[in-house]
Amino acid sequence: MSERPIDDDKRTWLIAASCAGAVGAGFAAVPFVASVQPSERARAAGAAVEVDIGTLQPGERRTVEWRGKPVWIVRRTPQQLDSLQGLGALLADPDSARKADELTPEYARNPHRSIKPEVFVAVGICSHLGCSPTEKFQPGAQASLPDDWAGGFLCPCHGSTFDMAGRVYRNKPAPDNLEVPPHMYLSESRLIIGADKKA
Amino acid sequence: MADFKVASTDATLAEKLLTWVDNRFPATKLFKEHMSEYYAPKNFNIWYVFGSLALLVLVMQIVTGIFLTMHYKPDSALAFASVEYIMRDVPWGWLIRYLHSTGASAFFVVVYLHMFRSLLYGSHRKPRELLWIFGCAIFLCLMAEAFTGYLLPWGQMSYWGAQVIVNLFAAVPLVGPDLALLIRGDYVVGDATLNRFFAFHVIAVPLALVGLVAAHIIALHEVGSNNPDGVEIKAKTGSDGRPLDGIPFHPYYTVHDIYAVSVFLVIFCAIVFFAPEFGGYFLEYNNFIPADPLQTPLHIAPVWYFTPYYSMLRATTDQMMTVLSGLVGLAAVLAIFKARLGSAANLFIAAAAGLLIVLFGGAKTLLSSLGLVGLAQSWLLAGFEAKFWGVVIMGAAVLILFFLPWLDQCPVKSIRYRPGWHKSLYAVFVFFFFALGYLGSQPPSEPGNYVSQVGTLVYFGFFLLMPWWSRLGRFAPVPERVTFAAH
Repeated sequence: MSERPIDDDKRTWLIAASCAGAVGAGFAAVPFVASVQPSERARAAGAAVEVDIGTLQPGERRTVEWRGKPVWIVRRTPQQLDSLQGLGALLADPDSARKADELTPEYARNPHRSIKPEVFVAVGICSHLGCSPTEKFQPGAQASLPDDWAGGFLCPCHGSTFDMAGRVYRNKPAPDNLEVPPHMYLSESRLIIGADKKA
Repeated sequence: MADFKVASTDATLAEKLLTWVDNRFPATKLFKEHMSEYYAPKNFNIWYVFGSLALLVLVMQIVTGIFLTMHYKPDSALAFASVEYIMRDVPWGWLIRYLHSTGASAFFVVVYLHMFRSLLYGSHRKPRELLWIFGCAIFLCLMAEAFTGYLLPWGQMSYWGAQVIVNLFAAVPLVGPDLALLIRGDYVVGDATLNRFFAFHVIAVPLALVGLVAAHIIALHEVGSNNPDGVEIKAKTGSDGRPLDGIPFHPYYTVHDIYAVSVFLVIFCAIVFFAPEFGGYFLEYNNFIPADPLQTPLHIAPVWYFTPYYSMLRATTDQMMTVLSGLVGLAAVLAIFKARLGSAANLFIAAAAGLLIVLFGGAKTLLSSLGLVGLAQSWLLAGFEAKFWGVVIMGAAVLILFFLPWLDQCPVKSIRYRPGWHKSLYAVFVFFFFALGYLGSQPPSEPGNYVSQVGTLVYFGFFLLMPWWSRLGRFAPVPERVTFAAH
């Protein structure tokens, strides 16, 4: 746009100074961007929760809060554990293969989706749009449930159903099985949710 | 679609994009008018960096302020803890907080120096009076912003400082207590006050500030900047209509100002990282204690940038008002016998002086000292108490700045061409301004009080007598072209 010849030295200095400025601006931006991440207080509030399940009866479900979400601990009866077999054809993801890294930790990649067969731990949030399903442990025909209902959970918002291991039934709005959170046993009756041997 | 410019067929994509924008928004026109073809005097010195530094600090305060508002809680039960949360738990929160608190003090350092430059070179004189007035309005808004911001951490100093200043408004006769109630939103400084000060500090005053800064820069660009020689560069233009002593703001002063910014940031960051409390002047020690409405700290002082005006407030005692009454009387006598203004004017001066002396409480003091106690007590002659005048004087000290363009009657603009003793007068003014500032940060004391009173008289004398002293002395001839040595 100008008739003057290009001053190479000036151009070099301009580019060098601009690069230095850009680096400076980048460094300056880091604290501001970092400050919007979860603070120490938020991270502390998300810490693991210890639960005593010594008094949990067979067939009973307890709910604790972890990271603002309900986590269910169910002591399954032998009948409830038996009901898990043979449902394969009715389930969308019977082997919990989908999104395994997100939903099913290694120690839960088994038919009962838990460390101990009788104690089931899952995050009680439906994988559809986030409502918390209701307990429907009684087998048999009931409202909104099929005649051959084996026991499990029913989400009241859009009717998705899950079995006693949190696996989602086919042809329902929810796409995925219930999430099994990281957890481990500190003793026979003490369970910690939010931390596991891997972490 | 008339007058649409069309880019030539071999124009680059960037040029075509710019043409598209220019046809719809005056981007290139604005850039030329305010940057690449806006001519600023070529003899700017260091005093001229403080304007752009002030703009930098304003932007910094807004950005750090936004990030602080993400974590701060404007509730009297939660505020103090939320600030500690920012300092300890928010990632880099301590840095953002220190940037904001140091920035507040830096803003005042920069603005005071910026205003002093105007005193030095006459940048407030015609045709820049409105520019100066916008600047004074910015100064007032800045003080309001700092004051409302200081309440937010809800420390001891925050609380009691707010208490004292709001009570200043209560000193106004007749409407005072109701006014204070309106400001506080309650009978004492409390949660209601905190919430509304938060609203003022975060949005109301910043909006006003941004608007005033825009007006300030527009007014500047309309008349062009002054310079250290006080010479109007637009008076000498070349054949192309451009001022002979002007250089385009971009790239000369944009680059120059980047250098100034880098020096400023070195000093600023040194303070932020190594001394953010600055010996208790930037972050006062008492403010690390949560506000306690039942106990005032032993030593109350406003933040350093308010201390000169605070000194003047404290210095206004009954004794001071008597001295002022005497001065008013003296001034009236001088005006009547020396100025030869005619009998109507003389009568007016005598009446006005008489009224002022009564209002100042001078009449009351005079009558009491003569033993006429009964007369002295009558409400007609009582005048207002010194507490009220203290507030008035503090306000007047800021408001008198607005009148500077008309008080300054010097035939030359810049101090470079004024007699040497003008420089000494400026030095005395600056000395007393600093002295008032220092004394304002200290607890009251006998000698301190006297010096503050003298300082107050010097401050007001400097301005009120300026129409007289600025005309005295022999002035050096002002050059036609700016004095500039290539470097």
